[in-house]
Amino acid sequence: MTEPLVQVRHLKKYFPITKGILIQRVVGAVKAVDDVSFDIYPGETLGLVGESGCGKTTTGRTLIQLYKPTAGKVIFDGQDLTEIKPKTMRTLRKHLQMIFQDPYASLNPRWTISRIIGEPLRVHTITQSESAYLERVENLLETVHLNANYMNRYPHEFSGGQRQRIGIARALASDPKFIVCDEPISALDVSIQAQIVNLLEDLQDQLGLTYLFIAHDLSMVRHICNRVAVMYLGAMAELANRDDLYDDPLHPYTQAQLSAVPVPDPRVTRARKRIILEGDPPSPANPPPGCRFHPRCPIAQPHCKVEPPVWREVKPNHWVACHEV
Amino acid sequence: METILKIENLEVKFHTLGGVVNAVNGISYSVEAGKTLGIVGESGCGKSVSMLSVMRLIPNPPGEITGGRILFKGQNLLEVSEEKMEHIRGAEIGMVFQDPMTSLNPVLTIGRQIGEAMMVHNGFSREQAEKRTIELLNLVGIANPDQRIKEYPHQFSGGMRQRVGIAMALACEPDILIADEPTTALDVTIQAQIVELTKRLQAELGMAVIWITHDLGVIADLADRMIVMYAGYIVEEADVFDLYEKPSHPYTLSLLRSLPRVDSSRGGGERLATIPGFPPDGVTIMLGCPFAPRCNFVVDRCRLENPPLIMVNNDHKAACWVDVNTGKERSL
Repeated sequence: MTEPLVQVRHLKKYFPITKGILIQRVVGAVKAVDDVSFDIYPGETLGLVGESGCGKTTTGRTLIQLYKPTAGKVIFDGQDLTEIKPKTMRTLRKHLQMIFQDPYASLNPRWTISRIIGEPLRVHTITQSESAYLERVENLLETVHLNANYMNRYPHEFSGGQRQRIGIARALASDPKFIVCDEPISALDVSIQAQIVNLLEDLQDQLGLTYLFIAHDLSMVRHICNRVAVMYLGAMAELANRDDLYDDPLHPYTQAQLSAVPVPDPRVTRARKRIILEGDPPSPANPPPGCRFHPRCPIAQPHCKVEPPVWREVKPNHWVACHEV
Repeated sequence: METILKIENLEVKFHTLGGVVNAVNGISYSVEAGKTLGIVGESGCGKSVSMLSVMRLIPNPPGEITGGRILFKGQNLLEVSEEKMEHIRGAEIGMVFQDPMTSLNPVLTIGRQIGEAMMVHNGFSREQAEKRTIELLNLVGIANPDQRIKEYPHQFSGGMRQRVGIAMALACEPDILIADEPTTALDVTIQAQIVELTKRLQAELGMAVIWITHDLGVIADLADRMIVMYAGYIVEEADVFDLYEKPSHPYTLSLLRSLPRVDSSRGGGERLATIPGFPPDGVTIMLGCPFAPRCNFVVDRCRLENPPLIMVNNDHKAACWVDVNTGKERSL
């Protein structure tokens, strides 16, 4: 088997909860990501799904060191990103890029498109001359199917789908190996989502990119990803190849999530058997003891309330954290 | 079947600095008592504006209802007095909004917010309203309602707040519940809870539901009848099964084809169908069909004449000059 491009080992990210106005005391921690391990292989798309607040975005951001991890390792291309010097990290950053969820908030409204897309070129001194810079920006705009004449316009002149293309062009500028796509289509209209997904797939084929695709739309994840990881309350619940996960989910949380996704076909969707989970996910500041999912789990046993399940490979390439599997 | 709401040739315009935006362009449809109507379309297609018109909640200026009639139980809501409208709003037509985070007042307790409608419309005393509020919270599945009515919105999760929004809309037992993207801000497991809740309440209370959404998945589960809107026009209207099985407008057809499905992987490498371009801005006056620039089936006539809703099948209407099954122009 090929070497993984990214290895994540026991990654933790806690955000402190403080009290007091002048003298702030730390009174607890939101355990946004709590001991997560997985690999990402070159050229693949790994989906990361889960409910809002489950820590999927924090995982993505901690992975590319936008947040400093509380503990754990992230090994990218053989180097541990949590240990290398800031200067080395800066040069490595051109290989690690991100596409953000909200195409309205992630572009500076006072900058022209060419300045937005070109910033990585300047930061990493990739292009040496002004003409090379402009040529590269033009190329990038064409790569994402935008008219190169748009270069001197401002973000407000574009629609949501076009802005997301600009965000993608910016992520591609430094010729990255790995892109974290953080819900890149959830702010877009249905007819535009398919355009962006196809573009991401084409770019992956042409440029050999590796994606971590963070999303909550399980139908789209099934379409675009090779493997899928399911998170619940800061921890991994299940990780498997796409079809194994969708056709034979093992974790009761994955089963419930998949059963709740509506299908755009009235006969099929009305015949589907739904597992309706009771209640809401608990707070990550105070996760339940034992298995985090046990208060909502339809098959919970007494020991689930005490012992946290072990993250284990139950079948080749099929990982799950559940006592009852 | 009793028609409870009938909209005729509704037209809504917004006067903006960039020009007049034609948000809703003469749409007509009706809602049967006890049934669910699904309205789907992308942002800016006029689906929410048409519902806000029913409630007479279009801010004026800049918005203006420039034509049409909204007949609710036979009376034209565009002509009734503001006083009467205040009664209809809340007591006879309830509305649930998209964003459960912003549609509740953060400084009032949940009990006070739900009870207010009943004190205003039904003349309930504070005690009566509280008693009924507890019943309502029970009905929408909130545990310990007698304690939770004393809490504030920030103490509730997103799904719980949406339940509160539904309880509020149901407080005076309306004849119609209008739900404007009520599950868009929620996770799938919570969405499933809200959908089940709506179905159960509709069965118990017998109200009509108008569910506005851009999600063709959720609505497939809920609707009896469907309307597809594009650029302020109704482009297709049909029974829910007919719409999904025999879509007759190119826009509906493309939307359905562009959706991936959770229950099948169509084999790796297969691309999603896309709709090229993007929707019109509503300001530019367009000759012909508004979907023509993005349409695969376009013929010359589409660029000159905007097609009316044509009956294509039994109780199934589509606004298209072309028969999408044959790809040939209809002889009209």
